[in-house]
Amino acid sequence: MKVVIASGKGGTGKTTVAVNLAWFLANCGRKVQYIDCDVEEPNGNFFISAHFSERIPAFVMLPAVDQQKCTSCGECSSKCRFNAIVRLPGNTMIFPELCHGCGLCLLVCPTKAISEDEREIGIIERGMGWGGISFVHGVLNVGEPMPNPLIRKVKEQGLADHIQIIDAPPGTSCSFVETISDADLVILVTEPTPFGLHDLKISVEVARARGRSICVVINKDNGIFRPLEKFLEERQLTITARLPENRKVAEVYSEGNILLEELPDYRAHFSSIAAEVFRQSENLMHSPMGVLP
Amino acid sequence: MKIAVTTSGDSLAAPMDSRFGRAAGFLVYDTDTKVLQVVDNAQNLNSAQGAGIQAAQTVAEAGANVVITGHCGPKAFRVLQAAGITVYNCEAATVQEALGLFGEGKLLTASDADVEGHWS
Ligand code: SF4
Ligand code: SF4
Repeated sequence: MKVVIASGKGGTGKTTVAVNLAWFLANCGRKVQYIDCDVEEPNGNFFISAHFSERIPAFVMLPAVDQQKCTSCGECSSKCRFNAIVRLPGNTMIFPELCHGCGLCLLVCPTKAISEDEREIGIIERGMGWGGISFVHGVLNVGEPMPNPLIRKVKEQGLADHIQIIDAPPGTSCSFVETISDADLVILVTEPTPFGLHDLKISVEVARARGRSICVVINKDNGIFRPLEKFLEERQLTITARLPENRKVAEVYSEGNILLEELPDYRAHFSSIAAEVFRQSENLMHSPMGVLP
Repeated sequence: MKIAVTTSGDSLAAPMDSRFGRAAGFLVYDTDTKVLQVVDNAQNLNSAQGAGIQAAQTVAEAGANVVITGHCGPKAFRVLQAAGITVYNCEAATVQEALGLFGEGKLLTASDADVEGHWS
């Protein structure tokens, strides 16, 4: 089962929820895998403390032009939507930082002057963390503009017989869309502030448009923020948990500690989130396309 | 020799456009035949990425030997360099003024891209 934890912006406590949910489920005796898809700033392992047993470089296809075979016809450069290939007489140039590796240029080249090469975009690291949590994350190379191929490859590491806790990249851009594309449950973490609400609205739109099941966790809850309650009511969204605002939460976070170990009061909230996860997995079991667990 | 100047107009009196990749278009002046050619760059104004690269390809196709513009990003610069086109930076108000300054040898060649590209 794939559970994505996401938030419209950084700093809403997405990683806190993901890490502690993983901790809680592992303590319930479930097989848990933590998948950090925030490839531009992976910080899940700050908490899970996995010892990496495997490091796998990730590549994307990069076309290479054989200038001898190239007739400078311009077919490739006129078809590439990403302006990543330029035809000059006797010199057809590729801009790797713009290329999406779609392979169209290979198909359209009439003289077969283009072949497949590859380019490393980052690395995937795997290992085992505390409590038997299986951990995997991707680290995007510095300056690499395209995180999505790496996110896809990190997700391919998902173990089918585990509950996969997937930490999504912050924001609602295409890397968020990529991460939730096949999620069984999307947990949106938000704050009771106008900014939090603004981002939540967009995340809900995006996730609903993709037909994902959604539930909401309100972090840093400090009473009732009417506009948020109204929005959730209108959209018939379940508030799975309200995590009370507490200065100590940030302290625990900054020290890389587990909230549920340091502040056991929060366990009841995570029990509600876990219950929602189990409920969704029940639904999956009974759906015709049922996948487990 | 053909000189391409970035501009939003179609005459020598037209204002210069200081951008390269997202310039409205180019005026290409042939110093031998004294013919002025208008080259459109409009399809590039909306491209999400690589506008400079495409614009560079467009001026190379127009046969330009020289480009006069305000700012040129690093990727476009690489293409222009590969095409053997020399880039000059110029802040002149009109195309005519820019061509005049070039003729008097008062423009400096851009030795490297002077504007950071979108991704770099
Ligand atoms: S692989 Fe796709 S994006 Fe890359 S140069 Fe070819 S057509 Fe363009
Ligand atoms: S399509 Fe092939 S032959 Fe034509 S310009 Fe591109 S690489 Fe050269």
